[in-house]
Amino acid sequence: MYRVPQLTRLATTGARIVTSSARGQQTAAAPEKIEVFIDGKKVLVEPGMTILQACALVGVDIPRFCYHDRLSIAGNCRMCLVEVEKSIKPVASCAMPVMKGMRVKTDSPLTKKAREGVMEFLLVNHPLDCPICDQGGECDLQDQSMGFGSDRGRHQNQYDGKRAVEDKNMGPLVKTSMNRCIQCTRCIRFANEVAGVPDLGSTGRGNDMQIGTYVDKFFASELSGNVIDLCPVGALTNKPYSFMARPWETRKTESVDVMDALGSNIVISHRTGEVMRIIPRMNDDVNEEWISDKTRFVTDGLKRQRLLAPMIKEGGQLKQVDWEEALYVVARKLRQTPADQIAGVAGGLVDTEALVALKDLLNRFNCENLYTEESFPTVNGGGIDLRTNYIMNDRIMGVEDSDALLLIGTNPRYEAPVFNARIRKSFIHYNLDVGLIGSPVDLTYDYDHVGTNAKALDDLLAGKGSFAEKLKSAKKPMVVVGAGVLQGPQGAALLAKVHQLADQLRSKQSDKSWKVVNVLQRVAGQVAALDIGYKPSVEALRDGKKSIKLLFLLGADEASVSRRDIGSDTFVVYQGHHGDAGAEIADVILPGAAYTEKESTYVNTEGRSQKTLPAVQPPGLARVDWKILRALSEIAGKALPYSSIQEMRQRLAQVAPHLTRYGEVQEANYLKQSMELTEKSSSAVNAELKPAQLELADFYMTNSITRASPTMAECVRAARKHQQNPHIEQPKRHTAASAM
Amino acid sequence: MTSQLGKSRAAMEILRRARLLPSSSSVTQNRTIYKYVGENVESDGTLKGDTSRAFNQLFLVELFRGMGVVAGHIFMEPATINYPFEKGPLGARFRGEHALRRYPSGEERCIACKLCEAICPAQAITIEAEPRPDGSRRTTRYDIDMTKCIYCGLCQEACPVDAIVEGPNFEYSTETHEELLYNKEKLLSNGDRWEPEIAANIQ
Repeated sequence: MYRVPQLTRLATTGARIVTSSARGQQTAAAPEKIEVFIDGKKVLVEPGMTILQACALVGVDIPRFCYHDRLSIAGNCRMCLVEVEKSIKPVASCAMPVMKGMRVKTDSPLTKKAREGVMEFLLVNHPLDCPICDQGGECDLQDQSMGFGSDRGRHQNQYDGKRAVEDKNMGPLVKTSMNRCIQCTRCIRFANEVAGVPDLGSTGRGNDMQIGTYVDKFFASELSGNVIDLCPVGALTNKPYSFMARPWETRKTESVDVMDALGSNIVISHRTGEVMRIIPRMNDDVNEEWISDKTRFVTDGLKRQRLLAPMIKEGGQLKQVDWEEALYVVARKLRQTPADQIAGVAGGLVDTEALVALKDLLNRFNCENLYTEESFPTVNGGGIDLRTNYIMNDRIMGVEDSDALLLIGTNPRYEAPVFNARIRKSFIHYNLDVGLIGSPVDLTYDYDHVGTNAKALDDLLAGKGSFAEKLKSAKKPMVVVGAGVLQGPQGAALLAKVHQLADQLRSKQSDKSWKVVNVLQRVAGQVAALDIGYKPSVEALRDGKKSIKLLFLLGADEASVSRRDIGSDTFVVYQGHHGDAGAEIADVILPGAAYTEKESTYVNTEGRSQKTLPAVQPPGLARVDWKILRALSEIAGKALPYSSIQEMRQRLAQVAPHLTRYGEVQEANYLKQSMELTEKSSSAVNAELKPAQLELADFYMTNSITRASPTMAECVRAARKHQQNPHIEQPKRHTAASAM
Repeated sequence: MTSQLGKSRAAMEILRRARLLPSSSSVTQNRTIYKYVGENVESDGTLKGDTSRAFNQLFLVELFRGMGVVAGHIFMEPATINYPFEKGPLGARFRGEHALRRYPSGEERCIACKLCEAICPAQAITIEAEPRPDGSRRTTRYDIDMTKCIYCGLCQEACPVDAIVEGPNFEYSTETHEELLYNKEKLLSNGDRWEPEIAANIQ
């Protein structure tokens, strides 16, 4: 549908061809470099690069509005005009490919005059409402008008004034102020190309041109917040953040997101001990420069439903107590309860430090009952003993190198929106073929729907069907299985089947480092929990075989263990940051810190360990989780041997050295052994593969933080209402049959 | 114009040559007029002088002359003013107590752009904002610590809507420190009270 032919791609994304050829994407020999002169300086560039990119190589920054690295080139703002020798008119540098011997002047009087002219025209219709504009202080137009703007306007017509455009209602996340729009079309290009939701477009021509959603509707995308960052002016701004703070008065802390298992890099912007907003941080290996709406707009969830003080249940009522009392009660229980009747359950948002501390603590009491809420098959095929089984071996970046991708029982669009954007990018630019086994969902790109039942895997193994052919002939096939469908009794068999298929595909591979099999986790803490040896399932607690008398819930909020499962006489300790399902059944509550409030480690689905930094203090009496556990251990009489974050990190490194190699991915080995352990079975797995999140309304509320967020609740409401809108085309199920 | 300038330049040159104007390289001054500032000599040593001195001392001439000055000032208008019942004149740009102004419609002017907060060199201003129910940008908090303020007037320079101004009032001393931590309500009421004077000064 939006696929870009190979040849035009060369012209448009010259800079990235360089990187992709380095990764072996481009088979042809690298073309000879050509020389151009930027302000008299000689520079050798790849053919097909634009003048603007060539200028960037020598450190000359060309002013621009419509040009953006990761979007297609529009060339409509004209701000990047430069003088090129032997060219009569100034040239739009963002759209002009370099030519041999070209002499570009970026600071000549002609260039300056051209830019001033463009700026004057842009300002003719731009309201000078910077004082009430949220973009003020981080506005491209504001910055560039300081350089190229005039202090007075010549075009002001006192009779008909400036152009006035009606504001559009784009839903609860993006606030519009269309008077400020300069029609750079970045948002339109983002929606069409990256988000894959052709909701935005322009109507009218010339002075009447407007950007909008055609009809009054919600901008129904899980990546919609990114248009706020893309907008060079204040036309699209952050609605929940509106008027809250100015960029110059906030402090910025670089951190990592935990809303999904990708670990998108973020910047937390905060002021006076309050998180104001979250914006993306560039990391080409993980999230490029996009983040999902859940990541961006969850901030108000961090301020509501928080557990502020330790609490103890007395007579069915939770009573606020001080730390000492709460810790003494828990420590006494810990000492009194026999080891086999203690169990710990970790939730999906828990950081690695807390996971290790809890494990160390319970191990000191000879207890090995440590589970994660998110389950994963342990039997059959190496299970969680071998890391290859539960991480995304071929990395997120791998999708760009891959030429055939099979998604099994996952809806990456809502489970990992930024990853889905990457698949879409690969689909458009690198001709990736995508197949899906599972519920047919709208993934924003075309795919072969191989089947909804896991039986379809056997067809692929047998080589039946058109997608089997594509997989077989692929040079670098990838199989991504969602962690969601691996839950339950059929999970193990399904994973074994996936391994079988991957092994078949791998046997034809020349590149032995390409592992084919990938697992897309759903929660941020899962890989770390499995890395350090938690058992991935609470089934053991539920089936009643174990009589548990002391249950320690560490951020376990998905109601995986209920009072009915464990009996009323079990003493439940909940440690976490939100009053959610876990706190509801707790006898003692120990208030912990959310991911914005602690220095902690998270390992993403590809096994990349990254750390968060504390932006604000935990509210009330809440404390950093591993410190609570450390204090508890001391009171319980078995003090853990670490009391500072450095010592904690040393302990992490002892348990698994990759946990402290921040930013790096530790390759998982023992693939062969894992294959040998896998039980090959010829019988088909009969399971309907239905991911938990099928529609946009399912996307917004998936963990305790998002459930506490009013913005997310509003999004769910808007998404549901959007589905009922009779004037909107219902999302079509993209399949290959309907493609092209 | 140029010929005139040339002429005057030539004249200056002539004067400089005649040492009537200081030359540009070295400044030489020849002083001929001196003023004696020491104690007056009571007598010049002659008989007449001595007699006159004796007369002045004997009949307390100086004393009566002084009394005469005093007697004269009794009938003159006094130089002091009767503060607080009388006040001296103030310039239109006098920077006194702060006030937040309103539009004639009663709508507050401040739009929470936070430029005053940003420019305040003493960091005396604190602003918090959020959208008002009607969607407009307004402050929920506008505090000025008057004990931090250095009365530089940069806040009123920065304000794009003339909301924060330093009015002509300078009489707001208080007994406690806390009373000088102004909030939005106090500043708006200042604005309401001083609006006629402020409006007249801004003209």
